[in-house]
Amino acid sequence: MNRRVTVAYLFGLGLLLLAPMFIYPILVMKVLCFALFACAFNLLLGYTGLLSFGHAAFLGTAGYVTGHALKVWELPTLLGLLVGTGAAALLGWVIGSLAIRRQGIYFAMVTLALAQMVFFFFLQAPFTGGEDGLQGVPRGTLFGLDLADDINLYYLVVAIFAGSFWLIQRAIHSPFGQILKAIRENEPRAISLGYDVAKYKLLAFVLSAGLAGLAGATKTLVFKFATLTDAHWHTSGEVVLMTLLGGMGTVFGPLVGATVIVTLQNELADKVGSLVTVIMGAIFVICVLAFRRGIVGESLALYKRVIGQKPL
Amino acid sequence: MAEDCILETRGLVKEFRGFVAVNGVDLKVRRGHIHALIGPNGAGKTTCFNLLTKFLEPTRGEIRFNGIDITREAPERIARRGIVRSFQISAVFPHLTVLENLRIALQRKLGTSFHFWKSERSLDLLNDRAMELLSAVGLETCADMVTVEMPYGRKRALEIATTLALDPELMLLDEPTQGMGHEDVHRVMELIKQVSANRTILMVEHNMKVVAGISDTITVLARGAVLAEGPYAEVAANPLVIEAYMGSDANELTSSPGNVSLPPGPLPGEGGDAGSLRSTVGGSR
Repeated sequence: MNRRVTVAYLFGLGLLLLAPMFIYPILVMKVLCFALFACAFNLLLGYTGLLSFGHAAFLGTAGYVTGHALKVWELPTLLGLLVGTGAAALLGWVIGSLAIRRQGIYFAMVTLALAQMVFFFFLQAPFTGGEDGLQGVPRGTLFGLDLADDINLYYLVVAIFAGSFWLIQRAIHSPFGQILKAIRENEPRAISLGYDVAKYKLLAFVLSAGLAGLAGATKTLVFKFATLTDAHWHTSGEVVLMTLLGGMGTVFGPLVGATVIVTLQNELADKVGSLVTVIMGAIFVICVLAFRRGIVGESLALYKRVIGQKPL
Repeated sequence: MAEDCILETRGLVKEFRGFVAVNGVDLKVRRGHIHALIGPNGAGKTTCFNLLTKFLEPTRGEIRFNGIDITREAPERIARRGIVRSFQISAVFPHLTVLENLRIALQRKLGTSFHFWKSERSLDLLNDRAMELLSAVGLETCADMVTVEMPYGRKRALEIATTLALDPELMLLDEPTQGMGHEDVHRVMELIKQVSANRTILMVEHNMKVVAGISDTITVLARGAVLAEGPYAEVAANPLVIEAYMGSDANELTSSPGNVSLPPGPLPGEGGDAGSLRSTVGGSR
């Protein structure tokens, strides 16, 4: 990470540590779960140039697996999270292996189709509770702290988010990340330099799926249930919206996008009812038409114009 | 003879839904030579290149590199064997810096390209070598520039530097001087000559000045088949070749330096450049 990103990261972390004094912690945790989901998605779209339209499958799978592990198998909390994340990464490997054989829109369609299969599996499978979802998932304890207490859980979620965010950062600015960017920029050239691009794409896909899974697993812990909504294609679309709104291929973009969308949904849900969908659609259209680089991307471009410096 | 020959194709054929783009090409590239592949548009030069680097799968035929059959290998395997290509449209990574472009070519041999937990600072040890290569093509002052902001000629130079970074045994250059001004053409020509010292170069080139100036052997392709092969003087005098370039375009061939005996025709013009040739010889690739 360069210095400015590190400063922003530490500042944000400070804010997060103080946030529960002012804001309802469950809301912040929800924002963090979706922010992690969007950051994981951005690793694929923003830095590898792959548009997956089935990322909800990973969020949902990890949610159900973690829920099942905690409720039925009665695993310790951390292990439950790990099992969910692992399941999502494994599913990512399967879906990724199939999808990376195609490019562009076909890649997106393959991921969507496979994600729909996953959705219908969860709808029918006996352990998920179908339309009702998997309810009554215990949060358990961690190092003797009772996670049923929202504040205790809050700091666990902040730690998970901060760690994952750092890992994604590191991956973007790693030797591996350089190759991902090369593939995004010019795939034939990357091949002609001797890189087996399929393997790089697959690893990126698995990482992204695993981290999206961690987001889903954490979400189950926060709400004490796993629902079909998490695996629904709406959620796959929502993460695209969050990433584009915040700024695709920027470090903080997905975080900003997720914050805006989740807060808006939360605020508007009981005021305008089902109009929320329309409002989200309008935001998407405005974002695509007027500011394609997203909130963070446009701000950086503005900053660059004013100060005459390179963006982050 | 066999050891002299670094790359050999036998009966190479590529068909696209009935259209035969490359029709039984037997090509022999000798080690240490600069070998030029020329021919009118649509002759199959670029298709040939794509076949040799396996960006396209041949319909029939065989490709041997250093005596090893590489006909069924994946393109990245071919690159790792030491056949590295450039592209007709400048192939750079536009939104990365010039230095990063080179480091991507260099970092593969570090073996850490899958290490997503490592800092990119671990790549800094490649900087010296990268700067060396940049100086070789006169780009040392542009190292921190974002590539997309550079003029076209410099992108081509960067592309050659990137290709060189892999230290390939056989370098395939697809129209290295295409779209360049006179000075840049000269510079790239010198550069190709310079880097050919310990390697073999196979290039597709339209600029006859470049072809005549630096190549040892020339293969002329027309309609997917080899029309003529040999040193420049011999090929330029071949009536079949002149015909393929359609009568008056023979003056393209005469615009070369050196004492080459050529059929009578108008005197060579200043710009022995591909433009006029392309505009008269139509057809698609």
